[in-house]
Amino acid sequence: MIRGADIVVRSLIAENAKHIFGYPGGAIMPVYDALYDYSDQIRHVLTRHEQGAIHAAQGYARVSGQVGVALATSGPGATNLITGLADAMIDSTPLVCITGQVAAHLLGTDAFQETDVVGISMPVTKWNIQVRRAEDIAPAIAKGFHIARSGRPGPVLIDITKNAQTDSGEFNYVPCLSIRSYRPYFEVKKDEVQKAAELINAAKRPYVLYGQGVVIGKAESELKAFLDKTGIPAACTLLGSGALSEEHPSYVGKLGMHGNYAPNMLTNQCDVLIAIGMRFDDRVTGDLKRYAKQAKVVHLELDPAEINKNVFADAPVLGDCKQSLSMLNQAVNPNSHEDWMSKFKELELLERESVIANDLSPTKVGLTMGEVIRFINQYKADDAILVTDVGQHQMIAWRYFDYKTSKTQVTSGGLGTMGFALPAALGAQMYDYSRQVICVVGDGGIQMTIQELGTIMQTKAPVKVVLLNNNFLGMVRQWQQMFFDRRYSFTELDNPDFIKLAEAYSIKATKVSEREGLSEAVADMLMHDGPYFLEVVVEKEDNVFPMIATGCSVEEVRLS
Amino acid sequence: MNRYTILIYTENFIGILNRITIIFTRRGINIDALTASESRLDGIHKITIECTVTEEQIIQLVKQIEKITDVIKAYYFMDSEVVYQEIALYKLPIDSLDASLEKVIRQYNAHIIAAEKEFVVVEFTGHKEDTQALLETLKPYSLLEFSRSGRVAIAKPRFSVSEYLNNQTL
Repeated sequence: MIRGADIVVRSLIAENAKHIFGYPGGAIMPVYDALYDYSDQIRHVLTRHEQGAIHAAQGYARVSGQVGVALATSGPGATNLITGLADAMIDSTPLVCITGQVAAHLLGTDAFQETDVVGISMPVTKWNIQVRRAEDIAPAIAKGFHIARSGRPGPVLIDITKNAQTDSGEFNYVPCLSIRSYRPYFEVKKDEVQKAAELINAAKRPYVLYGQGVVIGKAESELKAFLDKTGIPAACTLLGSGALSEEHPSYVGKLGMHGNYAPNMLTNQCDVLIAIGMRFDDRVTGDLKRYAKQAKVVHLELDPAEINKNVFADAPVLGDCKQSLSMLNQAVNPNSHEDWMSKFKELELLERESVIANDLSPTKVGLTMGEVIRFINQYKADDAILVTDVGQHQMIAWRYFDYKTSKTQVTSGGLGTMGFALPAALGAQMYDYSRQVICVVGDGGIQMTIQELGTIMQTKAPVKVVLLNNNFLGMVRQWQQMFFDRRYSFTELDNPDFIKLAEAYSIKATKVSEREGLSEAVADMLMHDGPYFLEVVVEKEDNVFPMIATGCSVEEVRLS
Repeated sequence: MNRYTILIYTENFIGILNRITIIFTRRGINIDALTASESRLDGIHKITIECTVTEEQIIQLVKQIEKITDVIKAYYFMDSEVVYQEIALYKLPIDSLDASLEKVIRQYNAHIIAAEKEFVVVEFTGHKEDTQALLETLKPYSLLEFSRSGRVAIAKPRFSVSEYLNNQTL
């Protein structure tokens, strides 16, 4: 018999969790007491806020492909996790969050720091449970890890009452391998693959859209093999970036509201649309009524609820895309689509001339976000991880960062959580200190979780923070300019001296306001051994283009 | 819009009903009626939900319900595909029980299931239209109280949850 709190920690160790991110408090104190004894087997990272802890766990999960673990106390500790849970839910990130809860006999009495976190988190978790007895802890954690990581991954919350942590129970860890009510995987059906292959083989202008499903399903090499064989042009979603090297001849760019010109425009000219591990988010499709209506749709998807949700699939292929792609690779004919591909190249040229050239090599005085990314590309390692927040800098960094390998893109996609980047970068860095983790963030978003500079200081995680400062909530300002008659309502920021702030946290910091010195500053940052804070003052009122305005069709993508 | 019956087989865990109903809440869809009870299989609950939605909506709803970890299986049916009943109870003052009321009760094939000093309780089972018709008929008899259940339903197409469970390749 051991204490419930020890069961918690030993269960996490049994699941091979190496890092947990958390914040202590009354109702979780027994677990913290147990952690004291296991610090040689599991590393706890003390963040400065529970939201920081869960975003760090998300960053960790995204780059490792493993389940991220966050720990918080009851009440406000637990409610501070909610944004991260919602973020992980919509971006399919595997997490196990453990919260303390008041003792079972106090449940429902409005006890100190009691919150119905199981009720609150229900819509934003894949699964959650409250555990009230020590002997139920290990089975709940085993089940939680299985659910979080299998099928379409997602966040799990396990709420453990204080008495369950202090009582004793038998500990015999049995991993959970299956649950009778839960089907995470589906055998790929041969006839579905066959039907998809027939459409693809007969297509004159086929077009591949790939998303994060390829990364989660570890199907990067199958995707590459499919494109090598078929020569079909391929574009990625925000979270799919990195699944295919951008140097691959099939790669044509990025989809969606601020994606590339050709990939959006030509969506409405293809004859067969092959969606792989993506869910036709509205930021990708624009107006659904005018989205790829001319095309037959093939949809390789693991989650049955995604098939026909937004776009009707003529040939759905249900199942893990690693399996379905390798079956499809057998069934498709070798091909090339040079004429069709050249259409992408033509439009790409247009975008290059009217947008990209000015973004990357501007002739005006003010610095652009794009040129900062250009210098990052110049000096970064091939497998550097890009972590971004939400807004203009996120779109610019995504558009111009040179993705060479998988699991190098960490950003808040579906939820658009400002404040995500700094803690997520910390979490990504904790997984591997030897990798470059570059955190590109705006002056708005960084201030939502800026307290995590303290965690970077304490852990010495060598995160490279690049603050693109335009003294505005830039994306909102851009919309105000375009759609609200330039009425800049509450989007201009009076900012603190970020350099002093970073230095107060003992983080080496540099500020660049002019083009001269930018290249050197980026190089210095990336060579620095340890955390680094680079503030770049950029043009106040730059806009991100191309853009598909809300309610517009993909072919109404604007270059200015 | 059509009226659909959703039959859901779930594990008997705390909170499962909440997980199911928030799928409706989030989409702004009203649940017309809901019944939950143990099924004939040990430890498995059967939840019956009636709602009025489009075909596209019902397909999405059922997929989302099936996605819940603790839901074993969910099916949806048109009214023509299920045999269903609702039970209604009507409380009437004892002095209203005269020959004409007894005739109404007989006509409807309803039953008096309780008789107290002050009141009687009439029970009637049928489709909502039927229990509603009796309600309208009884109103003039100084009806005191009325209570109606959600529907319970049996699907006409053959399916077996226990077979499904046995066939689960684990």
